[in-house]
Formats: sequence, C-alpha cells, structure tokens
Amino acid sequence: MDPNEPGALPSAVIDRDGLDALIATLAARGYQVLGPRLEAGAIVQGPVGGIDDLPEGWLDVQDGGSYRLERGAGSALFAHVVGPHSWKRWLYPPKQALWRAERRDGGFTVTAPDEAVPRYAFLGVRACELAAIAIQDRVFGLDAAPPVTDDPPTDGAAAGGTFLDPGYAARRAEVALIAVNCGRAASTCFCVSMDTGPRATGGYDLALTELIGDGRHEFLVEVASELGAELLGTLAHRPAETADIKAAEAATRRATAQNRRAMVPGVAELLEANREHRRWDEVAQRCLACGNCTMVCPTCFCTTVEDTTDLTGRHAERWRVWDSCYSLEFSYIHGGPVRTETSARYRHWITHKLSAWHQQFGSSGCTGCGRCITWCPVGIDITEEARAIRDSQGPAR
Amino acid sequence: MATKPTLAVWKFASCDGCQLSLLDLEDHLLAIADTVQIAYFLEATRAVIEGPYDVSLVEGSITTANDVDRIKRIRKQSRFLVAIGACATGGGIQAVKNFRKVDDLIGAVYARPDFVDTLSTSTAIKDHVPVDFELRGCPIDRGQLFELLNALLNNRKPLVPTFSQCVECKRAGTVCVMVAHGTPCLGPVTQAGCGNLCPGHDRACYGCFGPTETPNTAAMARRMAALGVATRDVALAFRSFNANADAFRSEGDRHERA
Repeated sequence: MDPNEPGALPSAVIDRDGLDALIATLAARGYQVLGPRLEAGAIVQGPVGGIDDLPEGWLDVQDGGSYRLERGAGSALFAHVVGPHSWKRWLYPPKQALWRAERRDGGFTVTAPDEAVPRYAFLGVRACELAAIAIQDRVFGLDAAPPVTDDPPTDGAAAGGTFLDPGYAARRAEVALIAVNCGRAASTCFCVSMDTGPRATGGYDLALTELIGDGRHEFLVEVASELGAELLGTLAHRPAETADIKAAEAATRRATAQNRRAMVPGVAELLEANREHRRWDEVAQRCLACGNCTMVCPTCFCTTVEDTTDLTGRHAERWRVWDSCYSLEFSYIHGGPVRTETSARYRHWITHKLSAWHQQFGSSGCTGCGRCITWCPVGIDITEEARAIRDSQGPAR
Repeated sequence: MATKPTLAVWKFASCDGCQLSLLDLEDHLLAIADTVQIAYFLEATRAVIEGPYDVSLVEGSITTANDVDRIKRIRKQSRFLVAIGACATGGGIQAVKNFRKVDDLIGAVYARPDFVDTLSTSTAIKDHVPVDFELRGCPIDRGQLFELLNALLNNRKPLVPTFSQCVECKRAGTVCVMVAHGTPCLGPVTQAGCGNLCPGHDRACYGCFGPTETPNTAAMARRMAALGVATRDVALAFRSFNANADAFRSEGDRHERA
C-alpha cells in the first residue's frame, strides 16, 4: 500500500480533543504550528498552540474589495475559507537575506546567511492552497512538470529545475501539511472551475474534514503520507464509518455548490489571442496599480534584489524582497520602464497568470482562491475581466 | 581618508520635524559625523562652514519672495540637492492656502496683516530649482534619510521605492483596513516608505508620503465615495500634507468643485 496515494489508507475520525492533541504532537516533534487565527479583523496565519487559538465560530464573508468576519451559527473551527495571508509568506518570505560581504585587505569575503531552516506545520491548508504550493514547487524548480507546449523550453525553470531555489527547497522539505477540506465557499471562490478544490486530493500529510452538527463535532482524517500515518497513530481515533464519509462528501458538495464565480473555459487561448483589446484600457480606469493582487496571490513569486551597505562601505548585504509587476520599477530597463500604462501592467499580470504560465510552468498560475478579488481595494474581479473579453468575442465557445 | 563630504541642512516654510529626523538617527549619529562634515545645520550647531556643499538637504516649502531667491542661491552652492518632506516635495499642509484668497486668510489669522509679506502660494522646491532627489513624508522616515546618506556615500542608488503603500502593508502582513474594515484609506495612491505606520496600527493611510508613481486618484475617489465618504471630505482627504502635489491637487479640485 502506498501511503502517498490519497485514500490508500482507511480514514479515521478524531474529535476536538484529538485535533488539540495533533497540534501538541506537532509541537512536540519540533514543528512550529501555524494556523488560522483571529487578528485585526481577519483570519490570518499565525502560531497556534491549541484549538483555543483557532477562530471558533467565525465566518469570513467576502466579495470584491470586501472582507468581513461574522459570527456563524455553530462552533466550527474551520468555517472560514482563505484570508489575506497565503502560505508563500512562510515558504518564500517577503524579505530574504541572500548573502553578506565584508571588505578585507584589498578584497572581500562573501558569506551565505546561516539562518536555521524553520520547521513549520501548516494547519488548515485548503485544496486551492495545496494547488498553490504545488505550483510554487514547479516555479522554484522543486517539481518541474514538463511544459505542455511544443515550444522548446527557454529558461531554466521550464527546462526542469535547472535553477532550484535552495531557500524555498529547504523550507519546503521541512513542512508538514495538515489540510482542511472546505465545507463552505466564499462568494469570491472559483476553485471548482480551476479544478483545484474544494476537496484536497493529495499533496498533504493529513486532510481533515470538519463534521459538525447533530450534536457532534468531529473531523474525518485522511492520510496521504508516512508522516501523516505516524501522526494519526499518536491520536485517539476511531475508524471512519460510511456515515462519516457521507457527511464529508456532503460538506464538499456544499462548498462546490457555493462556488458562485467561475473562470471562463479556454482562458489561456482567449488571452493569448487578445493582447490588443479595449478591455485593457477600460480596466485601467478602475485599477489602482497598487499591487495588492500580486501580494495576496499564493503563486505570484516575483521579487527584486536590494543591495545595502553600511556608511563606510566595508559591509554589504544582498536581500531579496517581494516585488510586484504593477510597479514601474519592475519593468525598468535601460532607458525606462517597459510597461508605463496601467493597462499594460494589468494585461501583463492576468495574461501571465492565466495564459503564459502554462508555457512557462506547465499549468495555470491561478488556483481560484479568489484572494485577488477580495483584496483588490476596488474589487476588480479576475473572472469578470476574463469573461468580458470572452463575451466580446461573440457567443460562448 | 580623503576630505569628508560636506552636508548642509536648510529650512524653508516647515515645522523642523524633517531635519530633526537627522538628529533622531541616534544610533547612527556618531558614524554619520565621522563620515560627513556637517557644514551647515543650524538646528544642531551655530558653527557654520562656508559652501559649496556636497549634499544639501532642503526642508520646507517656498512661500515668500525671499525664499525664491534663497533656494536659487542654495542650489548654486550644492552639488546634490535633496528635498526632504511633504513641504519641500508637495508644498506641505500650508499649501491649503493655494486654494483660497491669501489676503482673506491673513486677515482672519493675524492681528496686523500688514506685517505679513507672503506669496499667494506654497510650492515645492522642484517648482523653483532642479532637485536631484526627494524624500517624501510628514515627517520623512529617518530610515529612508539614513539610506539616502548611505547610498550617496557609497555611490549607489538609494532604495526608496515609489510604488504604493499597499506593497509595504502586504510585505509586513498588515491586514488591509479598507477591505477588512471598510475604512477609507489613501494607501493605494500613496507612495510607500513610512514603515507602515498607520495601517500597522489599524489606521487608514492619510497620504503623508504623497502620490505614487502612477496614482489613479479618480478610481480611489470613486471607492471612497462608495464607502460613504462625502464629496467634500474626499476633497479634504487629498488636501492635506501633499495638497499641492499634482495628482492630489487635481483630485481635490475635482471634488471641491463638484
């Protein structure tokens, strides 16, 4: 039996105490457990010491440019969906030291940062987020899927991991992934149309489905790795019964039915064929070029390199920081920035995400998590922009 | 070591807060004094060394005829001239006079209006002389000031981004006050660099770092209106520390006339 095959191992059921024990077990094994926490009016990712830290009973009501927490009817721990943070914050932090240099008699020495690799356990990873991590694995050369295009690869990433990102790889190798299957979708969710959710189908250690109602509060646990099996073995659990599995399937059906938004089919070819379109100018009237969509996107990976010095110039450091293709500096080359118009910057982002990503990394860059819709201050909707271009082409194909 | 580069600090219409940021660089002050010759900095010392100067930091806006002459003289004496703060880069809060009859204002404020001799406008340094670099903010961020001096001394480009405050918020993991709380926030049209001060404390950005490189203030104003901000208050939001910065001035105009 290959434990890496989802469903290969029989699923089990734990209760709230079992989840609490899971968090404690992970901590005892040296993991820093990160999970959903209530903070500053949102459910963000942060250190979790037990189930008391989880946002019990809270729902996130999301729409274009709007996110509000509301009290739900029950005491569910995972009734929320995805918030402003994504796991890339931990796997690919906003600011990373690349090297440090010291000037010494007539020359200089360079040292790599020797920070300890953090050992994270992510609790509450949704199916769309597992998909995002899988995409970033390919971007950073960890799991280079062959591009679906016939074109010869033009860069190292597409060529199959020539350029492995060692920092990402090191952090990624240490991560334990405790997924949670969604039983609810926000209005901004469109994972169903991207075929990434709402149910996790692999790539995790354990996947939980919250089973709540009729006087019970339990979690169906599915195992997809040896670590997952080990962890489950430490917890008080009972074998899953048909009723448990049916309840979990009902949760998935509910979240599926609640996917109100959808990406138009064939969007990769659609955008490829519409590099010139009046919609780009139209969206630029609304777009603030603020870069929020790129920052909250769980797959956007662009960074810039910053060199710092001390006053004497004897000590220098090179840092990598999150950047956004919405800034002028991003496309600055000799003579000036390439994408001066906001229309060009929006087109670049959405076309890379939904179309060119296929050639570069062998899949779409979008997972349907809806963060770019919610956290756009003016609520620009990636599905709506794609649909507007599709609709301008005449009847749906 | 070769002769130290000379530094001069000049003041026009302003509150002194920005030049005070230089003294606020407490941990770095000794290193700065070791590396540059502080040649003209009346807030710190009455000892004055004659120009020319390698670097001039200019605080404040131009509000009198004398200012207009003085900034030209300073420019001639300065190899590298940096305007620091919202007054020097956007006219400052005092630029609200640009939108009123200045004689009416003087009459309302001063017991002896005849003692006051002022231009009808408050304008940025760049409106009068070429400026080599600008540090935004009310006040400037002392970290950016240090970075500027550091970069100049090491012949590299200062790391002073011109993108939106939102990028800084998101890098810091700050929850968006506009999306999550419905608080109208100027962050999307405001240049980053403050160190995330207001949003980091659950407050909206009020734009003290002035417009971003490509500010879409019209879309910003539409969003503010949708969040319930009255037209007059949209005008006032753009008419604060950077009232005379181009994009903020024109958006304020549009809403004041509406």
